[in-house]
Amino acid sequence: MSQPRVILRAGALRRIQAHGVETYPYECCGALLGKDGDGSREVIDLLPLQNRRDDSPRNRFEVTSDDVRMAEKAAREKQLELVGWYHSHPDAPARPSEYDRNHAWPWYSYVIVSVHKGVAHDTTCWRLTDDRAAYDPEPIETVEHPTSIQ
Amino acid sequence: MAVKVIIPTPLRAYAGKQESVEVQAATVAEALSAVTSKFADLKKHLFSEDGRLRSFVNVYVNDEDIRYLQNDQTSVKAGDTISIVPSIAGGAC
Repeated sequence: MSQPRVILRAGALRRIQAHGVETYPYECCGALLGKDGDGSREVIDLLPLQNRRDDSPRNRFEVTSDDVRMAEKAAREKQLELVGWYHSHPDAPARPSEYDRNHAWPWYSYVIVSVHKGVAHDTTCWRLTDDRAAYDPEPIETVEHPTSIQ
Repeated sequence: MAVKVIIPTPLRAYAGKQESVEVQAATVAEALSAVTSKFADLKKHLFSEDGRLRSFVNVYVNDEDIRYLQNDQTSVKAGDTISIVPSIAGGAC
């Protein structure tokens, strides 16, 4: 079985990076809307969200359960699924932290963009392992044109 | 009393790929216990090692957040729907 991957439309990648730059030095966050296929999933649209962590937005983000339900509804209205989340790491690597792992859900894809001094750098994607012990990297395949997952 | 527990998408793989599970319970705690007894792999994603609901696991009874009711001691009656809804958190360090 091939390694799971995430197909990210180039426009979506640019929007994630732009969101991270816009909110710098605070963390941005948002929902990934797309389609889950066999061994890969495609991110077709984004739903940028407000970071609810007012007390520590430089190194924390939070999406409330109300926002999650709103994102699920938005996905359904577009006949898509809520397949994951993105957030930025201001002045930090695009790698999941221990805090990320402790708070992660399985199945979702977690895209992280690192923003150094206001400029977007690496963008990576991760998925929590079944035993919650680690994250597996999910290679990002960027496409300029829509693809179709069955 | 039979109540329906809605399983969120990220946890369905641990619940026989079902969107919902029907269990017999009189409280939310009993319902969650029944679900995790039936699907043991769900437990580590819902509860921390000390047996408490993880902070990012939210539970609603018919659209009412149990934190504004009696938490996991909230009573349920036949036909009620219990929804498990994620909240999402993380951060750089």
